Amino acid sequence: MTGFDLTILLGGVVAGAAPILLATLGETITEKAGIINLSLDGTIMLSAMTAFVVAYNTESLIAGFVSAAVVGALVAAIVGIFSIYLEQSQVAVGFVLTLMARDFAYFLGNPYTRIPGPSVGPRPIPLLKDIPFLGDVFFNHSFPVYLSLLMIGLIWWYMYPTPQGLRLRSVGENPGACFARGINPRSLQMIYVLCGGFFVGLAGATFSLCTKPGWGRPQGAEGTGWIALALVIFGGWHPIRAAIGAYLFAFLQVMGIYFQEWFPSVPAQVFQVAPFPLMIFTLVFINFAQKESVIKRTEDRAWLKVVLRLFSGAMPTALGKPHKTGQ
Amino acid sequence: MQESNGINTSVSVQDNAIVRFFRDLVITVLVVVSFTTLIIFLAGAPPLDAYYHIFKGSLGSWVKLGHVIRVWIPLTLCTCGLLYTFRIGLWNIGVEGQVIMGAVFATYVLRFGMDGRMGNFFLIAAFIAGVTGGALWALIAGYLKTKGGVNEIFAGLGLNFVAQGIILWLIFGPWKRAGIASMSGTELLPRELWLSYVSTIRLSPLGLSLAIFAIVVTAIMLRYTKIGLCLKALGSNPNAAHIFDLNTRLYMLLAMVFAGGFAGLAGSIQVTGVYHRLIPAISSNYGYLALLVAMLSNYNVWIGPVVAFFFACLNVGSIQLPMMLQMDSSLSGVIQGALVLAALAVHAWRVRARRIAEETWY
Repeated sequence: MTGFDLTILLGGVVAGAAPILLATLGETITEKAGIINLSLDGTIMLSAMTAFVVAYNTESLIAGFVSAAVVGALVAAIVGIFSIYLEQSQVAVGFVLTLMARDFAYFLGNPYTRIPGPSVGPRPIPLLKDIPFLGDVFFNHSFPVYLSLLMIGLIWWYMYPTPQGLRLRSVGENPGACFARGINPRSLQMIYVLCGGFFVGLAGATFSLCTKPGWGRPQGAEGTGWIALALVIFGGWHPIRAAIGAYLFAFLQVMGIYFQEWFPSVPAQVFQVAPFPLMIFTLVFINFAQKESVIKRTEDRAWLKVVLRLFSGAMPTALGKPHKTGQ
Repeated sequence: MQESNGINTSVSVQDNAIVRFFRDLVITVLVVVSFTTLIIFLAGAPPLDAYYHIFKGSLGSWVKLGHVIRVWIPLTLCTCGLLYTFRIGLWNIGVEGQVIMGAVFATYVLRFGMDGRMGNFFLIAAFIAGVTGGALWALIAGYLKTKGGVNEIFAGLGLNFVAQGIILWLIFGPWKRAGIASMSGTELLPRELWLSYVSTIRLSPLGLSLAIFAIVVTAIMLRYTKIGLCLKALGSNPNAAHIFDLNTRLYMLLAMVFAGGFAGLAGSIQVTGVYHRLIPAISSNYGYLALLVAMLSNYNVWIGPVVAFFFACLNVGSIQLPMMLQMDSSLSGVIQGALVLAALAVHAWRVRARRIAEETWY
């Protein structure tokens, strides 16, 4: 058995979770505003390809990240226009884009497969990196990882204590009421769809320029978008809980390497599907925890209540049902 | 006065409907062709050559046509199944996993007949098992939806990944070939367990007839039976359950069983008629593609197979692209996605125009 170093393990978790975390946070914003952007998996692939190709040609990592974010926002814009303004099924549009964006990425990225290209190097933060234990876990990474850490707090702060955040949440709960209060629900939703897509694009860039540098078919980022979508639900549409979910998932992934050594007969792919049954279980639990009879029964048991509160996330009421004009 | 007017307009409206359908079709195709041409240009290849190779690679010879039909069969079966779930308003994204589980169940049965005796018995048993496997996998998603309150999209998607995990585990674990476990799949089935096929074009007539049979059955079921009517009623009006005293949950599960059954059948044909073994990519994304087919055909049981044939041509024809033009074969996926998006846009635009016209009328 190889050495089991907790610092390296946790450091790996923080670094490995960065792209999933960015995507999950982006989708949390979008869904909080009431729109499901199902195209995540394809968007990540397309933006990963864009980031690598742009960074390779311009030799500028920043250009790579920016272009990926723009591509992410563009795909999200298609979802937004179709669902908010043309009143088409969000699920249908998102699903089509999932497949299409991925194929588009393979198609355009074909000449760039399996070539060495630029990647973001580690940049330890001075002073902070010398803190024992914490320094190695949190402050000995590359820029996108710091960004992902920063975004957790920033998005939480934006979403909850600020008035803009209140508007964001209210448009996801009841766009009609927003409309009555003099806020244009459509443009507000569109803005947050674009914001969410922006972060998903950054997630893609983090993949191809940092976590799994390079481009190819398969790239290795396939399926991440679906996991991010699952994690949004797992996190109960709350950025911090979603982040915990992302770290839990990254932990499972890193542990998969150890598991493989401990159970060599079980192929690695089996560990990779672990989050999905977990997601289904969480969804069942969320529904279960919201039942009247269950809530009543837990009333005199404080610890059960805590457990329920921990798991039950309230879905934005108007999720998937955009505001309709007229009538 | 009003009635006679109504009759007159209904005739002219019907006339317009056909004209409108073709006009929409032309607009959609034009948009997609210009988009595709543009991106092929961007990729640095001559667009006309690309189209030519796709055409020649799919319909250029009988062998190629046989390949197209081998793709068309599972695609059509999945599309037929999806029509039941779409009718009641369910998004059965889990169809991909249902194909996989159908293939897994079929292979499980076939493994008992590896010595090649009683081939036909095992084949029939394998098909029954495959259909059951797909239906069971759909039923899990259905129960999660009706009892667990889990959105069928997430349930189905989760189960797809679980199915993918199961098939990989089987191929690399308990069902691996003696000595080697690889992505190339399980051991080849003995000849007796292959669906009989026309050797020149490697096409099994039984698979083809099953697909055609599925189309006819689905058309009759949806159009002329009580089940079809109830599915439609529940799907288009949530109050229907209350008014007609229908059990929504029961019909949802029923629709899922049909969808899963057809998908499982597709999986069984993939094992017995195409690959003659279980491979990790046994479903080849046909389930996901079938969702696009159903959408593009506007959930019509007769247009669906036509769209499926076109999609199959694209899939098979684009295999030529990497060899001939050093392009990635995923161009087919881009065209398919662009078609559905363009069709959705044209449809939305049409609805909008109609609404504006109505508003000005009043």
